[in-house]
Amino acid sequence: MISHHYRRAIVPIAVLGIAGMVLSGCATSTGGTGDTSGPGDAGEADGIVTIYGTISDTEAELLEESWADWETENDIDIQYEASKEFEAQVSIRAQGGNAPDLAIFPQPGLLADLASRDYIQPAPEGVASNVEEYWSDDWAAYASTGDTLYGAPLMASVKGFVWYSPSQFAEWGVDVPTTWDEMLTLTETIASTTGSAPWCVGFGSDAATGWPGTDWIEDLVLREAGPEVYDQWVSHEIPFTDPAIKSAFDSVGEILLNPEYVNAGFGGVESINTTPFGDPARALGDGTCALHHQASFYDGFIQDPKNGNATVGPDADIWAFVTPSIEAGGNAVTGGGEIVGAFSNDEDTIAVQEYLSSAEWANSRVSLGGVISANNGLDPASASSPILQEAITILQDPSTTFRFDASDLMPGVVGAGAFWTGMVDWINGKSTDEVLSTIDASWPSE
Amino acid sequence: MSAFLGWISTLPALAQIPLVLLAFLAVIALLIFFLEIAPRTGRKFTIIRAAACVLIPGLVFLALGSVLWAAGAATLFGALFFYLDYRSKQGVGYLFQLVGFLSPAIFLLAIGLIYPTIQTTIQAFMNSRGTRFVGLENFIWIFTQDTGIRTVLNTVVWVLIVPVVSTIFGLAYAVFIDKSRGEKIFKVLVFMPMAISFVGASIIWRFVYAVRPAGQEQIGLLNQVVVWLGGEPISWLSNEPWNTLFLIVVLIWIQTGFAMVILSAAIKGVPAEQLEAAELDGTNAWQRFINVTVPGIQSSLVVVLTTISIASLKVFDIVRTMTAGANETSVIANEMYSQWQGFEVGRSAAFAVVLFLMVLPIVIYNARQIQKQREIR
Repeated sequence: MISHHYRRAIVPIAVLGIAGMVLSGCATSTGGTGDTSGPGDAGEADGIVTIYGTISDTEAELLEESWADWETENDIDIQYEASKEFEAQVSIRAQGGNAPDLAIFPQPGLLADLASRDYIQPAPEGVASNVEEYWSDDWAAYASTGDTLYGAPLMASVKGFVWYSPSQFAEWGVDVPTTWDEMLTLTETIASTTGSAPWCVGFGSDAATGWPGTDWIEDLVLREAGPEVYDQWVSHEIPFTDPAIKSAFDSVGEILLNPEYVNAGFGGVESINTTPFGDPARALGDGTCALHHQASFYDGFIQDPKNGNATVGPDADIWAFVTPSIEAGGNAVTGGGEIVGAFSNDEDTIAVQEYLSSAEWANSRVSLGGVISANNGLDPASASSPILQEAITILQDPSTTFRFDASDLMPGVVGAGAFWTGMVDWINGKSTDEVLSTIDASWPSE
Repeated sequence: MSAFLGWISTLPALAQIPLVLLAFLAVIALLIFFLEIAPRTGRKFTIIRAAACVLIPGLVFLALGSVLWAAGAATLFGALFFYLDYRSKQGVGYLFQLVGFLSPAIFLLAIGLIYPTIQTTIQAFMNSRGTRFVGLENFIWIFTQDTGIRTVLNTVVWVLIVPVVSTIFGLAYAVFIDKSRGEKIFKVLVFMPMAISFVGASIIWRFVYAVRPAGQEQIGLLNQVVVWLGGEPISWLSNEPWNTLFLIVVLIWIQTGFAMVILSAAIKGVPAEQLEAAELDGTNAWQRFINVTVPGIQSSLVVVLTTISIASLKVFDIVRTMTAGANETSVIANEMYSQWQGFEVGRSAAFAVVLFLMVLPIVIYNARQIQKQREIR
């Protein structure tokens, strides 16, 4: 009788057995692997190193070209994979146990998010000594969380350039401004001379709409309140609602919210949000727009045949000056860059990571054109264009106060979320106080 | 199991597909085989069952790697089925087979719906790292800041407007083209947007709404029309609160076809005798529609309304693609994703719970409607 009933249990056990197989088949590690001990316990040295990043299209081809020789010498196959959705995908892949060996993070904040959750390997000794040798302490700090170094910087860009036409300036009889107030006066002069708005601004960038606006605010916080306050702002020791930040918004508003000053060639103030950030390059090239605030990468847009093929250089169609400081002679600039973080720590991955943090790689990549690096072992002559040489000079000048783009340092929900949409709302006429308290409310709980 | 999957993953991609399918079919065949022979008598079946008694706990042991698990599972289920069989009124083996056949579905529901629901609910009351219980903090955060309140309100606006408008349009269209010449073509025209993915539709509509400064060539259809009529180009997607309505148009455009197809089929099912009888009683077309057709298609109306309601509650792709939640257009699903992407698991889960609570009444109402209809039949 018992056996008669016992055989009734066969099927549920079968079901349970299958369930067990399914569950064990898709078991994932619930935490990262960064809390483990020695090298070689994450990933395997199989001669293949996967790298994941945001750099795509032509830039990606140049990247692959830059390490091609090294690959053959060292018999390691580097497989680079690019994604425009990198920021979202990298955390999904990390959490899903499908992480790449290395990832190139444009936002140190994202690297810190992952590192503090034990997904990222601490930097190997070779990388740490390269960072010490070739990068300033500031840059080392961007690649660190707490007291641990998690990688080495890769490339860099200098932000806060103001693009203008030297020939137009000569025509109007105006000079490059050396203080913020002079720049406001210059704006007023151009507006009254030409009878149209001097500045063109574009915040449009699909899901990232608003990011060019954060660069404006960062420039002003650094110049008005100084690097110490800037650092406190990044680490949320002072909230977004702090008077220093509000004052930066007000200063930026003197230009961006003034219908007399924007938006040259595109419409009123509100057209800032609907103008894709690449479009002002065309307005600069054809002379409808006198001034445009954007990072060093913009020379590529200005020289793009689609935008009218203007030339860039001190004596060419378009040139740039760094956004002036409040007092004359200031030397603070904001900039961006990438940090290479590792999810694996096998021999091959470490070898690649060390190579990417060396001056050898920096020169190899920079000589191919289009980018720069803050690596001190970089020869400025490697740079391909006047604006990049200018940027390297700024980066390598010991008196420069360099600060990384604040929105890239902040946690993703703020720096790649609320801060962007906040800028958009602000341009649309939401009050500064409301915008600031909304951004501040989005700061992570802990 | 992991080893088996690991071995499969080393094979070429095309060889993997048939192998996985074969393994799946083998498991299903085994299940059905045991279900079939369970209530049968005879020596052959007894031997098979005896073998299975040894093999299956063995498999459980291999899969879970613990004797205790295998023994525990065997004991628990043995006891459960003993009890079920003992109490069953439909004869020995009935309940056993019933549960046997249902268990794959129940199991999949458990790992795909019930477990995640419980897990998300727990996460909603924890901090972002899931290390500390924070009580209602995440919910307080949602309902004490502009963006959070605005997000929830926008979702409510979506769910109030989209189902009603789509259903009215779909019903009207279905009635007007009913029995007309070229009915099929008219239907295809309206149903086509259903075949476009939400992201595709959003990109199409983003071009429709595109704005260029006055004086330049407009690439957006809507603004070109406005300019032809002598107006200034309008930035449709950046002026709140109207921009949410312009996003809602996209979902209505997609869902009207769905409503029309279902309701058109239902209208054809309304008995002609009733309509004729109403006509003989001297009613006009409107009265016939309201008093005969609508009650006749009531159950379909409920299905259409609830389906579209749930679709508009969880709308994500349209908002993400067209505005990414900027200019006060964010909805719960979009905010849920943004928070989760920023490792704010607690806040993301809290949004998910709010969404779940909003869907719940609709689902319960739907289930009760289905039950009522069953009673009528």
